[in-house]
Amino acid sequence: MDTKTIIDVEKLNLWYGDHHALKDISMKIPANRITALIGPSGCGKSTFLRTINRMNDLVEGVKITGSIRYKGEDIYAPNVDVNNVRKNIGMVFQKANLFPMSIFDNIAYGPRTHGITNKAKLNEIVERSLKDAAIWDEVKDRLKDNALGFSGGQQQRLCIARTLAVQPDIVLMDESTSALDPISTGKIEDLCTRLKEKYTVIMVTHNMQQAVRISDYCAFFLLGDLVEFGTGEQIFSNPQNPKTEAYVTGRFG
Amino acid sequence: MKQISSKQQMVEKGMYAFFLFCGILTIGFVLCISVYLIIAGIPAIQKIGLFDFLFGTEWSSTATTTDPKFGILPFILTSIYGTAGAIVIGVPVGLMTALFLAKIAPPKIAHVVRAAVQLLAGIPSVVYGLVGMIVLVPWIQDFFNLSSGATLLAAIVVLSIMVLPEIINVADTSLCAVPKEYEEASIALGATKIETYFRVSLLAAKSGIAAAIVLGVGRAIGEAMAIIMVSGNVANMPGLLDSVRFMTTAIVSEMSYAAVGSLQRDALFSIGLVLFLFIMMINILFDRLIAGRKS
Repeated sequence: MDTKTIIDVEKLNLWYGDHHALKDISMKIPANRITALIGPSGCGKSTFLRTINRMNDLVEGVKITGSIRYKGEDIYAPNVDVNNVRKNIGMVFQKANLFPMSIFDNIAYGPRTHGITNKAKLNEIVERSLKDAAIWDEVKDRLKDNALGFSGGQQQRLCIARTLAVQPDIVLMDESTSALDPISTGKIEDLCTRLKEKYTVIMVTHNMQQAVRISDYCAFFLLGDLVEFGTGEQIFSNPQNPKTEAYVTGRFG
Repeated sequence: MKQISSKQQMVEKGMYAFFLFCGILTIGFVLCISVYLIIAGIPAIQKIGLFDFLFGTEWSSTATTTDPKFGILPFILTSIYGTAGAIVIGVPVGLMTALFLAKIAPPKIAHVVRAAVQLLAGIPSVVYGLVGMIVLVPWIQDFFNLSSGATLLAAIVVLSIMVLPEIINVADTSLCAVPKEYEEASIALGATKIETYFRVSLLAAKSGIAAAIVLGVGRAIGEAMAIIMVSGNVANMPGLLDSVRFMTTAIVSEMSYAAVGSLQRDALFSIGLVLFLFIMMINILFDRLIAGRKS
C-alpha cells in the first residue's frame, strides 16, 4: 500500500442473532482513495460498510467483536461519542433520502445539529457543500424549494452535498448509484473521483464496471469472508484467489 | 368461450344495487340531519336575531319576571376555551406518548401501552364524568379553596384525557409510517436519536399529526356527558375556575324540560346548528389535511 491508512479493521466479526454475517475481517483502507466493496448479494459488504460508521448499532440483536480504528482510535471502544464518529464518517444511502424540507434546510441539517446557527456561516457551508457535490449551478436559484421536487440523480447528489456539509473525512456510499440512470451514475462517478482529493471514499457496488472504472482499491466479499483485498488492478486483472477470479469474470454472482 | 349465465348477471346487478342503496342510505342520514338541523335551528335565530343570539352574553331561557334572554356567547366561548385547553394539554402528552410508542419503547412495553390506550378509548364518557366528579372536582375545590370544584378547569382536565386515545392512535400510526431512510439519514449525519425524532420524524409525520389534533378537537367539542358532570352547568361567561356550560351541555340540560313549540326549545336546536357548523368546519379541515398528506 502506497498511502496512509485511515481505517484499520482488525478481526472484525459481526452476528445478527445467530447469523454470523462477517467473519474475521481484517483490512487497512487507505486515505484519499476510492475503495470499492464488491461481492454477490448477502455477502456482507453492506453490513461491513455500516460497521464503519456504526450504523449497525441501530439493528436489534447485533453483536460485534474486533476493532475498527479510525486514525488510530477504536470507534468501538467504550465511551466513544458515536455521533462524532458519524460526523467524521458520513454515509450516502442506496436511495436518496432527503428530508421533506427545502434544499437549504437539508444541507444545513448536519451543521445545525453540530451547533452552527450563524446564518452567514450556514450560507457559506451550504454553498461550499453544493459546489463540492457539483450541483451548485443546478440548484443555486432554488435553495428554498422543497428538495423532494428534484430528479433522482439530483437528489442523490444533494444527499452527497448534505453529507459533505458536516465535513467528514470519509464518505461511505451504499450502492448509491444503483437506482439511477447511466447519465446520473456517470455524474456521481466523476464526483467521487474528484472527492478523493479531500475525502476518502468507500463504496459498495453491484456494478462491476463501476468498480473497474473508479476504484483504486477493491475488496471482494463472499459469504461474510473477505476473500481478497488489493488494488483495483490486482483484483480485476490479476486476482490471486480463484473465487475472486470466478466472480470478476462473471462466472457466478 | 363460456357465456356468463343470466342468473349470475342478475345476482351481480342485485348486489350492485344493494351496495348502492347502503351508500345512499348513509348519505341520506347525513343530509336528513343537516336539513333537519337547519330547518329546526333557523326560526329561533330569526326571532332572537343572529347577532343577539351569537353574541348575547346572557342566557336566561326560563325567566318569567323579565324577558327571557337567549345569548349563547357564554356557551360558544366555553366550548372554544374547553376544547383549546384540552388540546393544549392533550396534544403534547399525546404526541410524546406516540413518539415513545412508535420510536423509543421496546416492543413489549409498546404493546402494553397500546392496549392501555385502546382501553382508554373504550371507556364510556359517563365513566370519565363519574371519576372526574368523585376525584377531580373535590380536589380542585380544596386546592383552589372554591365553593364548588365543578369548573371549566375540571372539564378541561377530563377532556384532555378523553382526547388522548385518538391523538395517540393517529400520531402513532403516522410516526410509524415515517420512512426509516429519513431517520437513518439524520443519524448518519451525527444527530442523536432524540434529535432525529424531533427534527425529522415529527416533521415527516406532520400532516398525520395535524389530523390527529383535528380529530381531538372534534372529540372535545362534541363531548357532553362527561363534562356536564364536572363543569357545574351554569351559564356564566367562562372563567377557568367558574362553573360553566358548554354548547353541548346547554342542549342536554334544558331539552328535557323545554316545552314543545317554545322559543326555548327552538333556541336549543339553534345551538345544535351552531355546534354542527363548528364540527363541519373541523371535518373539512381534516379532509384537507388528509388530502395534503396524499399529495
